[in-house]
Amino acid sequence: MNYLSLVLFLPLVGAILLAVVPGGARVHRNFALGISGATFLLSLRLWFDFDVHANGMQFVERFDWIQSLGIRYAIGVDGLSLMLILLTTFLSTIAILASFQSITERTRSYFACLLALETGMLGVFMAFDLFFFYVFWEVMLIPMALLIGIWGGKRRVYAAIKFFLYTMAGSVLMLVAIIAVVLIHRQATGSLTFDLFQLYGTPISRTAQMWLFAAFALAFAIKIPLFPFHTWLPDAHVEAPTAGSVILAGVLLKMGTYGYMRYCLPMFPEAVLFFAPLILGLAVIGIIYGALVAMVQPDLKKLVAYSSVSHMGFVMLGIFSLNFQGLQGGMIQMINHGLSTGALFLLVGMIYDRRHTREISEFGGLTRVMPVFSIFFMITTLSSIGLPGLNGFVGEFLVILGAFQTARPFAIVGAIGVILSAVYMLWMFQRVMFGEVTKEENRKLIDLSPREWAVMVPVLILIIWIGIHPKPFLKTSEVAVGDILKKYGTTEMGQVAR
Amino acid sequence: MTELVRLFGSLGINFSAIGPEVALLGAACVILLLDCFYKRNGGGHLLSIGLVGLGVAAWLALRVDPNLPITAYYDTVGADGFSRLIKVILCGITAVTFLMTAGYALRREVESAEYYALMLLATLGMMLMASGTDLIMIFLGLEISSISQYILAGFRHESPRSTEASLKYFILGAFATGFLLYGIALVYGATGTTNLMSLKIYTANVEKAPLLLMAGCALLLVGFGFKLSSVPFHMWTPDVYDGAPTPVTAFMAAASKVAGFAALTRILFVGFTGVQSGWGQILWVIAALTMTLGNIAALVQTRVKRMLAYSAIAHAGYLLVALVAGTEMGGIGIIYYLVAYALTNLGAFAIVSLLRNEDDEGLKLSNFAGLGFRRPWLGLLMALFMFSLAGIPPTAGFLGKFYIFSGAVEAGYIGLAVLGVINSVISVYYYLRVVVWLYMSPNIAGEDPLIGAAWPLRLTLALTAIGIIMFGVWPGPLVDLARRAILPLLS
Repeated sequence: MNYLSLVLFLPLVGAILLAVVPGGARVHRNFALGISGATFLLSLRLWFDFDVHANGMQFVERFDWIQSLGIRYAIGVDGLSLMLILLTTFLSTIAILASFQSITERTRSYFACLLALETGMLGVFMAFDLFFFYVFWEVMLIPMALLIGIWGGKRRVYAAIKFFLYTMAGSVLMLVAIIAVVLIHRQATGSLTFDLFQLYGTPISRTAQMWLFAAFALAFAIKIPLFPFHTWLPDAHVEAPTAGSVILAGVLLKMGTYGYMRYCLPMFPEAVLFFAPLILGLAVIGIIYGALVAMVQPDLKKLVAYSSVSHMGFVMLGIFSLNFQGLQGGMIQMINHGLSTGALFLLVGMIYDRRHTREISEFGGLTRVMPVFSIFFMITTLSSIGLPGLNGFVGEFLVILGAFQTARPFAIVGAIGVILSAVYMLWMFQRVMFGEVTKEENRKLIDLSPREWAVMVPVLILIIWIGIHPKPFLKTSEVAVGDILKKYGTTEMGQVAR
Repeated sequence: MTELVRLFGSLGINFSAIGPEVALLGAACVILLLDCFYKRNGGGHLLSIGLVGLGVAAWLALRVDPNLPITAYYDTVGADGFSRLIKVILCGITAVTFLMTAGYALRREVESAEYYALMLLATLGMMLMASGTDLIMIFLGLEISSISQYILAGFRHESPRSTEASLKYFILGAFATGFLLYGIALVYGATGTTNLMSLKIYTANVEKAPLLLMAGCALLLVGFGFKLSSVPFHMWTPDVYDGAPTPVTAFMAAASKVAGFAALTRILFVGFTGVQSGWGQILWVIAALTMTLGNIAALVQTRVKRMLAYSAIAHAGYLLVALVAGTEMGGIGIIYYLVAYALTNLGAFAIVSLLRNEDDEGLKLSNFAGLGFRRPWLGLLMALFMFSLAGIPPTAGFLGKFYIFSGAVEAGYIGLAVLGVINSVISVYYYLRVVVWLYMSPNIAGEDPLIGAAWPLRLTLALTAIGIIMFGVWPGPLVDLARRAILPLLS
C-alpha cells in the first residue's frame, strides 16, 4: 500500500479540521500535536520501507492533473528527499509542542497555519513534477508569512511582507524558466511534460542553460539565503515566533539547497560548471560574513540567525564541490543545521518565554540557576560548532574534504569559518551561561519543565546519534548523489563517506 | 410556418444564432412592463425574472453545437464555440451581480426595474460583442452595453460622486466610440469590407499592409483601449470604479472586460491575423505600460475601490500579454484568466458592497482593520480573493497567469513574460497589504462598518470562492472548453 499521499495531506486535512474542532486552546494544541505526531510516525515508516540501494524515486504516485499540458500530480521519495521529509515532520511536531505555552491567542489559526505549512514543505520535497513543485513552493509562503505577521514580534508586519516579497521575487523568474525548460523539451522531443525525470534528459544549448540556471539559482539562492540575498533572513527570524523560527531555519532554508541538488545540478550541468566558482565564492563569503556579523550581535536570536547564513554557506560549499564527499557532506549538513539551529531557536525561545528579552547582556551565570537548560544549550552549541562526536563535525568534515579536492582555495577559507563559528558561539555561551549571576531577575528563573524536556531530548538524541554513527543517514543519499554525479563524470564513490 | 422560416432564411434571419440575446431582451421588457402595472416593496420579483431570463439565455447559448457554427444576418453574427462559452460566462457574471445587488448595503438606492433591465441590456450588448463577426455588429454591441453602463454608473442619483462617475464615463466613452468608428471607417476605406472573414482573406493575401489599414487598426486599438482601460487610455477607470454603486463596479470590472477582450480577440485573431507584426508591436508596448503603471499606481491607494480599479488596469495588461502572444496557450490563457479574474473581482467587490460607509470618502483599506478575526469567514474569503488576484496557487488566478505567461514564452516574448512576472511581484505588495489590515493590525475602535450579510450575498461569496478554488486545483474541464473555443479562431 502506498501512503505517501497520506503523509503529504494529513497535516492539511488536520488544518482544515481545526477550523471546525470545538473547544479552546487546549483542544487545538493537542489536536495539532496529534496530527503532526501521526504524520511523523507515518513518515517514519518511509524510513524503514525505503530501499537504499535502488535508483530513482520510490513510493511513486502519479495521476494526470492537467492532461493537456502534461502536468501531473507526481510525488515520490528518493535519497535526496527522504531525510528532509523526516526532518520536516520531526521538526513540525517539535515546533507544535514548543508553542504550547508561548502561543495563547488565536490558537486555532496558529496551529492551522503550522499544519498547512507542513503540507507545503512536504510537497516541495516530494513533488517531481515541476509545476506541482512550484505550486507547493509558492503555497508555503502564505502560512509562513501569516505566522510571522500575526504572532511575531514588534516589526512583524515589515518582516512578513519582506519575507513574502523576497521569496516571491525569486520564484516568479523560476516559473518563467520552468515554462521555458518544458517548451525546450517539447521542441526536442515533441511531448509536453513537466515530469522532472523526463526533463533531466533534455538537451539544452549552453546559452539557454546559463539563463535557465540563473533563474532557478536566484530563486534558490534567496531561499537559502546565499550572500548577498540574505537580508530578509535576520528580520524574519527575529520577528517570527519560536516555532516559526525553528521551521524557517530548520526546513525552509533547506528548500533552497535541495533545489540546487534536485533541479540545477542534473538539468544544467554546463552552466553549473561555469557558475560554480561564483557560487562557491558567494558561499564562502557567506560563511565568513555570517560568522563575523553573528559575532557582534547583542541579540541571541539574531546571532543564531546570522549563524544560519554561515552554516548554509557550508552546505553550498559542499554541493558545488561537485564530488561525492562534498555532496554527501552538504546533504548531511542540511540535516545537522536543521537540528542544531532548530534546537538553538527552541532554547532561545525558552529563555525568552521566561525573561521576555533576548539581549545577551541581560543574562550571565545561568549555569547556576538553570543547570539542565545549560547542559542542553552546551550540547547544541558544541554541535553547531562541529565538535567531533556530534553531528556538526560529520557534515563539516565531509564538506571540507570534498571542497579540498576540487576547490582548494574555497576549502581553506571555509575552514577559517569553522574557527570563527567556535569563536562566536563559545563567546556567546560564556557570556550567557558562565560567571556570576549579575541580574536579580535571573536568580528566580525556573529550570526546564517536563514539556520542555520532551521538546529538547529527541533533538539532542539525534544530534548525538548522527555524530557517533552517521552511516545509516549517509547511506540513504548515496545512490541519489551518485546519480547526480554521473552527469559530471565523477562516479567513483569516495571511501571516506562509507 | 415553413414558408416563414424560408422567408427568414432568405433574409438571413436565424433566431437560433441570437437566442440568448432575444431571451435577455424579453426578460428586460417583461421587467419594465411588469413594473408599470405591479408595484411591490423590494425588488425580489424583478430579481427572479432577471435570473430566469439569464438562465434561459445560458441554456439557449449552450444549445448551439460548437462543432457546427452558425452565421446569420448576412455574416454579421456568428454562434460558435467561442461566443457560446463567452455568453455562458457573461450570464454567470450578471447572475452573480444580481445576487450581489440583493445583498448590497445601499440596496434601497439602486434597486428598481430600470436597474435590472439595464443590466440585462448591457449583457445583451456584450453578447453581441462576443458573437459579432462584423466590425459594425461589434460596434453596435459595444454601444448597447456602454450606454447601459453609463446610466448604471450614475444610478445613485443623490450621490455627487456617482453622478460624476457617470458623466465622466459617458464623455470619455463617447470619445472612445468616436475613435472606434473612425477606425472602422478607415478599415473599410482600405479594404472595402467590415466583415472579419473578408478582412482575414484580405490581410492574408496582401503583400504589405496599406497605411490606411494600419491606421484604422490603430484607431480600433485606441477605442478598445478605452473600454479595456489600458494605458494610456485608463484615466477614467479609478474615478468611475470608485463612484459607481459597488455592484455596478463589479459588473463593469468583470463583464465589461470579458466582453471587450472577447471582441478584441476575435477582431485581432481573425480579422487582422495577416498583419500581426503590425499590431503586435503596438500591443507589446501597451501591455507593458498597462501592467506596470496599473501596479505601481495601485501601490499607493488608500481606498479599496480605487486600489481594485488600478489592479483592474494591471490585469488588463496581463491579458494584453496573452493577446500579443497569439498562440494557442495564450488564447486559452485569455479565457481562463477572464474567468478567474471575473470570479475574483465579483467576490472582492461583494465584500466591499457589504461595508457601509461608501458615502463620504469611500471605503478605506483601514476599514478592514482586524476584520479577519472579528468576521473569520469574511476575512478568509477576502484573503482568498486577494491571493487569487496576486496569482498565488492554488487559486484560479495563478493558473490564469500561468497560461498567459506560458503563451508569451511559447511565442518567444520572454521579455514580456519576465516583465509580467516581475509585475506580479509588485502587485503582491498591495494585495498583501489588505491581508495585513485583515489580520495583522490592531482593532481600531469605533463602529463596525459591516452590515449583516443577507443570503444572496452569502451565496455570491460561496459561488465565487468555490469557483476560484475549483478552477485553481481542477482546471481540466475549463481548459478543454477554452481550447475548443479558441482553436477555430486561430486556424
